Order: sequence, then C-alpha cells, then structure tokens
Amino acid sequence: MEKNNGLLAGISKKKRREPISNTNLLMTITVCTFFGMYLIAMIVWRGGFLNPQQFLDLFNNNAYLLIIACGLTMVMISGGIDISGGGITALVTMVCVVYLDDHGGTVLGSLLIAIGIGLAFGLVHAVLVSYLEIQPFIVTLAGMFFARGMITIVSIAPRTAANEEFLRLKQARITLPGIGYYGKTGNFIPAQIEPGVIAAISIVVIIAVILKWTRFGRNLYAVGGNSHSALTLGINVRRTKFIAYVLAGLLSGISGYVYLLHTGAGDAANAAQAEMQAIASNIIGGTLLTGGVGNVIGTLFGMLSLKTITNIVIASGLTKPYYQSITTGLMLCFFILLQSVILAIREKGSFRLLLPEWMRFGRRNNE
Amino acid sequence: MRDVLKKFARSQLVIPLFSLLLIVIFNLIRDVEFFSINIVTNNQGYRVLSGNLISILNGASAVAIMSIGMTLITSSCKGQDISVAAVAAIAGSVFVSVLRSNEITIPVIILAFLSSCLVSVLFSTFNGILVAVFKIQPMIATLILFSAGRSIAYWINGGATPTISSPLLASIGGFIPGIPIPTPIIIMVLFLVLISLVLRFTTLGLYTQVVGINEGTAHLNGINPVWVKLIAFMISGICVATAGNITVCRIGLINHETLLLDAEMDVILSVAIGGTALSGGKFNLYGSVIGAYIIQALTVTLYAMKVPSAAVKAYKAIVIILIVVISSPLVKEFAANLINKLFKKQAGAKIPMKAS
Repeated sequence: MEKNNGLLAGISKKKRREPISNTNLLMTITVCTFFGMYLIAMIVWRGGFLNPQQFLDLFNNNAYLLIIACGLTMVMISGGIDISGGGITALVTMVCVVYLDDHGGTVLGSLLIAIGIGLAFGLVHAVLVSYLEIQPFIVTLAGMFFARGMITIVSIAPRTAANEEFLRLKQARITLPGIGYYGKTGNFIPAQIEPGVIAAISIVVIIAVILKWTRFGRNLYAVGGNSHSALTLGINVRRTKFIAYVLAGLLSGISGYVYLLHTGAGDAANAAQAEMQAIASNIIGGTLLTGGVGNVIGTLFGMLSLKTITNIVIASGLTKPYYQSITTGLMLCFFILLQSVILAIREKGSFRLLLPEWMRFGRRNNE
Repeated sequence: MRDVLKKFARSQLVIPLFSLLLIVIFNLIRDVEFFSINIVTNNQGYRVLSGNLISILNGASAVAIMSIGMTLITSSCKGQDISVAAVAAIAGSVFVSVLRSNEITIPVIILAFLSSCLVSVLFSTFNGILVAVFKIQPMIATLILFSAGRSIAYWINGGATPTISSPLLASIGGFIPGIPIPTPIIIMVLFLVLISLVLRFTTLGLYTQVVGINEGTAHLNGINPVWVKLIAFMISGICVATAGNITVCRIGLINHETLLLDAEMDVILSVAIGGTALSGGKFNLYGSVIGAYIIQALTVTLYAMKVPSAAVKAYKAIVIILIVVISSPLVKEFAANLINKLFKKQAGAKIPMKAS
C-alpha cells in the first residue's frame, strides 16, 4: 500500500522524465505542423482561411477518406496494409444507387447493403491474410481490382440517386450554433456540417478508445511491434489480425455510404486513389508501415494537413492540378524524412551512425 | 530423372508454370483456334506474324521488362516500388521532348533513349537513397513519386500530349521491316538475356539475395547493403525507361495521365505470381517474366470471351486470388501431406522387401 502511495506521489515527477513514446512524438509533430500551417495560412492568405465554413468543408469533403484512413490505421499498426478501401467505397456507392433507384430500396436497406459489402470484403481479406498467410498487399490489391471491376458489371454508366427518402437524408445539414460567417450582403450564414462528418468523427473517437483501452487495441500494437514475442506472450496473433482486416473492410463499406451521402452518385471513378491518400494521411499522422506505431488522432490530423496544403496551394494562385500533386509529394517527402531522422536519432543516439561512410561529414576514425 | 523432377518441384518456377499451363489448357478446351498464328501483310506491306499468342507476348513486354527491375528491388529491399509507372511517364516525356526538338534519326533516337534512361535512373536513385540510406519502407518512399511523378511528366510536356510519328519509331513499337516478330518482344528477350548474364557472371545476383535474406549478415560478410540496394534501384530505372519508351513508340504519343496506367500493380503482381516472396530474399527473374505473361494471357483470354474491358479487372482478381491461394504455404503443406499419405503405403510395402 505504502509503495503504491509512493508511486502515485512520484508519478508526476517520474512521468516528466520518462521519454515520450514514438507514437506520441510523431503525432505531436503532425498536430503542431497542422496548426502552424493553418495559422500561417490565416495570417498570409486570410480570405477563405478565416472562414470557419472552409475549415468544416475539409471534413465535409473528406469524411469518407477519414473513415478509410481509420480502418487502415488499425491494419497498419498490425503490420499489414489494405489498399482496397477506394475500390470498396466506389462499389458501395454504385450498388446502393442501383438498389435505391431500380429495386425500390429503402435508406435502411441501402445502409445494410453498404455494411454487408464492406464486411464481405473484410472477411475474405481477413481469412486470406491471417489464416492462409498470403501477403496482404496482393490480397487487398486483388480486392481492389475485384471491386473496381464489379462496378462496371453492376452498371457501366454513372448513376445519380433519385430516391426521395435518400435525397432528404442527403440534403440534411447540421447547423453549428454560434459559428458562422458574414456573407457578401452582410447577413450571417451559420456554418454547416454533413451527417457523414458526425459518423466520421464518432468512428475516430471509437477507434481511438479501442486502440487505447481495449485488449484488442493493445494486442494490435504488440502484434505489429513483434509478432513472435506477441505469440510467446500468449496473444492470438491470427485472430488479432483477422479482426483488424474485418474492421477495415467494414469501415470501407461505411465510407462508401458516407461518400454517397456527399455526392449522391454512383460512378466507377468515385474515390479514385483514395487508398493512396489514406496511406499518405496515415504516414503524415505518424503511423509506420512496419507496424506497432500509430494513432488515429494522428491520422485525423494527417488527413487535415494533406488537404490544407492543397487549399494553400490553390489560395496562393497555383491552380493547375499538377502543382497540387507535386506539393503533396514534397510534403510526404518532408514528413517521411523527418520521421526517419527522428526515429534514427532515438534508436541509435545519433544520426551520424546511420549514414554510410561516404556520406558522413567530417572524418572520424575512432567510431 | 526423378532427381530432376524433385528439384523442379521444389523450385520457384512450379506455380507460375502450372498457372500458365492451366490458362493454356483452358483456352485449348474453349477454342482450339485461340493459339493459331497467321502470317498477314500489315499496312506497311510487310509480312508479319499475328495471332493471340503474338499479342500476348507483345502486350506483356513492357510489364515484363519492368518486372525484371522490380524483382531485384523486391529481393534486396523487402518491399516494392509503386512509382514505376509514374517514372515511366517521366522517362517517356523526356524521350519525346528530345525527339521533338530534333530531326528523328537513329543517333537522335539513341540520344533520346540515353537521356530518358539518365533521368529515370536519377529518379530511381532518389527512391533508392530514401530506401537504402534513410531506411524508409520502399512502398512509402516511392509513394512520393507515385503522387508527384505524373505531374512532373505533365510539367516536362508543358501540359500537352505531344505526338511523334516516324517510320523509325514505328519500327521500334511495331515491326522492323523484314522481321516478322514484333520488336518489343525482341527487346524484351535481349533485355532478359543481358540482365541474366550480368547476374550470372557478377556477384550481383548473389549479393542481392544475401542482402534480402539477412542484411546484418551481409554487412558482416563485407557486403555493403546500401550499394546493393542502390544498384537494384538503378537497374530498375533503366528497365522502367525502356518500358516507357517502348510504349511511347507503340502508341506514338505521350499521355502523362494514361501511359502505363496501373502498370505498377501488374508489375508487382507478376513478381508475386512468379514465385518471389514480396518479403524479399530469393528471387527468380524468369518467374517474374512468366508472371507478366500469365497476366497478359489472362487479359487476352477474357477479351476473347467478350468480357467488357472495364470488367476484366474483376475476373483477373478472382484468378489472382486462386493462384496465390494455391501457392500459399498452408495449402502447399496440405498438398504435401496428402501426397505423402498417398505414396507412403507403397513406400512402406517396399521397405521390408529391401530389408530381407
């Protein structure tokens, strides 16, 4: 008892001395970068960046991406990869539109279909990856091909949803009290968010809780960090991976429904390259592909940073699309190098050791 | 004979050859005419070979060339380069911009090819430095060029999709006058022979595998893993430039958005089907090339079955999953156990006879 009290008393002092974990360090860098970037944008470009609606539009336009990225975070923490998210999203939009329009479906039915498609993909991926030990990249690549191919089998032409019940849900907006901006005529326009954003934010919170405070979440980090020692500790590695892939598939299905709520159309080109943007969000957010390190809060800010840099590029007058992808590439490069250097310094004490001999600055023979 | 068979059964080539055989048998049952090769006169007046078999070999050559480089990267770096198609678009753009600023003659084509190779090797080396020196996962390191590469190609072209036309280029992308085999196939074979000779007569192939299997051991044995990885990326750069230029010659224009679109996925697939583990280590160049032909044969078969081109991906995915399930360690073990059980009875009957 006494010992416990002593520990509790000393915990505030001790915690300060304890080094911050890799996960938290990388996340902190991302959060700081995002806020710094947005502040600079607010000061330099003013205009749209001072408008709260533009900030909320980051969420409105990318809620689906956030959901895919959250599922991917879990898979990446477990040491795998899932690149089927964009394909499943597009397939769900198309199937739901066809169901709503041609088969007289209901909103609830279409939601169940979306979840069902996501679960089905997730289950197949999970069985193949965790129980048959096939490389996750190939399995999910095949999943992506299958989803993208199925879209054109369902319907070749792009479709727009006309179901009234669904359209009412699509046009629903949640008004945030007290936040808004003044229009050109001087009237106050309150800021609005779409229902999909609520779903996305609650998914982020749920997964953050799962990762932090449930046994499954802690197991994920253990499996991703070192699957052999996780196995010897008595963790069911296969089941942990299985659940991660099923959840990733399920979230891709939900993401498809959110995408449909945003655009209201089923198209084979929907969510193009969403999987790569999701991976980029994760990397910027500090999740490592090697597994064992990462956090969904980081992913959230990674996604926001990725989209803010695009807004900044547009605001600074470089409106051609190729400037956006080049800046995205540069930003990725910056974050990847930063993480690599930081992790190397933390692991080896100095970055010098990591460089090969011919790249070392100065000469030191006594190393 | 039995030893040879046993050795073959354990090699990495079993699964790719078996899959190729299945596709061939399927096509023979479906339509015997599928593999017929005709000699036709093309619109330039030369007698050339044509048929599904030729179109499979011809269509797969770009992916096959890229898969050679990808195999080396996969083996040494334990990861894949997803920027190959984007870098191919950059190389193609450089190729076209050099050709358009000069009159097209053979020396100019060689110059354009060399400059596109140089640019492509530079970009690949950038990837390589990120992977080898900064120890970043290959997939993430190459994600940078994957997202920015086609934009760089756009910038080189000045936003347009310039066309080039010359009988010399047509003979690179199509047929050389007097030779009935499409030139891309010849280039592909030359490339494969060249690279396999380099790997055979230098220690590069061995070093690549050693670095892939255990980097620490390789380092202790005096191999510099950084250089081995960088060389793998440089060779891949040359492969990618060649593949990009062949495709540009074939279609006669450079479109930075659609040149070799999604080819990186096909290339990685062909490496995986070819028996090289995506987690690095032992590699098999011929397997990767056969993998590329399997993918193309599958696509041509599906086209022949009147499957719409956009839906081909779905069927391709099913076949790919089947192939990887067959080659997965668990299924292999199961098959081995089954064979053991079937043949044990006979072996058991023989042993007492020998003893007596």
